[in-house]
Amino acid sequence: MDTPPVISTVNLVKIYQDGGVPVPAVRGVDLRVEPGEFIAIMGPSGSGKSTLVHMLGGLDTRTSGEIWLDGERADTLGESAWALLRRRKVGFVFQFFNLVANMTVADNVELPALLAGASPREARERREQLLGALGLADRAGAAPAQLAGGEQQRVALARALANRPRLLLADEPTGNLDSRNTRDVLKLLGQVHRDGQTIVLVTHDARVAGLADRVVSLLDGQIVDDGALPASRRRPRGGVGDVVELRG
Amino acid sequence: MRPFLLALLAKEPAHGYELKQALEQTFGSAYPSPNIGQIYVTLGRLEKDGLVRAVDVEQSNRPNKKVYYLTAAGREALDDWVDEPTEGPRVRDEFFMKLVLAPMTGIADRMALINRQRRHYLSLMRDLNELAERTDPDNQVALLLIEGAMLHLQADLDWLERCQEDLS
Ligand SMILES: Nc1ncnc2c1ncn2[C@@H]1O[C@H](COP(=O)(O)OP(=O)(O)O)[C@@H](O)[C@H]1O
Ligand SMILES: [Mg+2]
Repeated sequence: MDTPPVISTVNLVKIYQDGGVPVPAVRGVDLRVEPGEFIAIMGPSGSGKSTLVHMLGGLDTRTSGEIWLDGERADTLGESAWALLRRRKVGFVFQFFNLVANMTVADNVELPALLAGASPREARERREQLLGALGLADRAGAAPAQLAGGEQQRVALARALANRPRLLLADEPTGNLDSRNTRDVLKLLGQVHRDGQTIVLVTHDARVAGLADRVVSLLDGQIVDDGALPASRRRPRGGVGDVVELRG
Repeated sequence: MRPFLLALLAKEPAHGYELKQALEQTFGSAYPSPNIGQIYVTLGRLEKDGLVRAVDVEQSNRPNKKVYYLTAAGREALDDWVDEPTEGPRVRDEFFMKLVLAPMTGIADRMALINRQRRHYLSLMRDLNELAERTDPDNQVALLLIEGAMLHLQADLDWLERCQEDLS
């Protein structure tokens, strides 16, 4: 039998109620994500990107439609079943980090791996590797509040990757980073993707989206484009001049 | 290439091959290195316009080589080039023309045009990502040029998003 898609949604809809007024945020999304795929979700602000990934991670309930994760129906699960499923399968990077305030950076990153059953040694090694890759090795003992926004965001990414989740969901994970820190995040994302990590990531940052295999564009809660990035017309030969020329 | 050669000659007189080497050293991979023929053609034109002058230098057991130096008119042209504000990015590019003219052709759908263009920009971005990864971290000029190209692409993508929002 073929491996089922990591994600499959059928006519997924979310309508918020805002003081009795219905606000349709996601309007009939059919999305399929195969194992190992890296999908970038793009679209203007308010187009439903956050709502969509929150539903995919069970952090927001759907109004109607279906969500399947790894071939199992997920939208009908209750809150605790979702929590269990997330712990087992999903790493989530929130737009606003959500780190545990009274735990050190190191503990924040190790916690999901420990909860998922990793040994303390495994969890520590993975944490050291991730924080190192993100240029945060020397911040391990700090409390989240002592970190700048960009640092907290990278810790949130390390935490989401700590237990090598089946699926990484991320909402604007480079929204608060300067270009040097973005480069570290790009490198890490590229690396885990090459190692087979399935990624669904909301972003405005074209550098991040450029890493993806496929781009899904949302507008007013609907998918208006969904397709693979084309192969370049001409491979750069190694000189920057080629690419710059190719743009000009 | 004219202003580059003038700038190099403002530093010191040089012959064609030295200019080629100096260009390569200055820009690294950030600028496609010109072939020696192009350099001599450009030098010939600069000489005809009175911006550079050449003197023959005798070499033992080899043909004479020409050493070029900057004239006062060349110095002035170089100063004008540096002082002049540089043209901004072209917005009215070919894609923009397609977008404007699409409804008149009756075939091209604007949303499809925008979507295709977005994918194209992102695949260029992927090339730039790969190039940045392959570039020597010490080559600042090359990395800055890549970063500039990335920022331009980001602006193009943001603008596409605006088009999609407003034209839908
Ligand atoms: N909790 C909420 N209550 C009411 N409306 C909401 C809520 N969250 C989001 N919305 C609305 O749903 C739409 C989509 O929002 P969102 O998913 O945050 O978009 P994006 O992430 O693309 O900016 C917007 O119109 C937003 O105002
Ligand atoms: Mg959002």
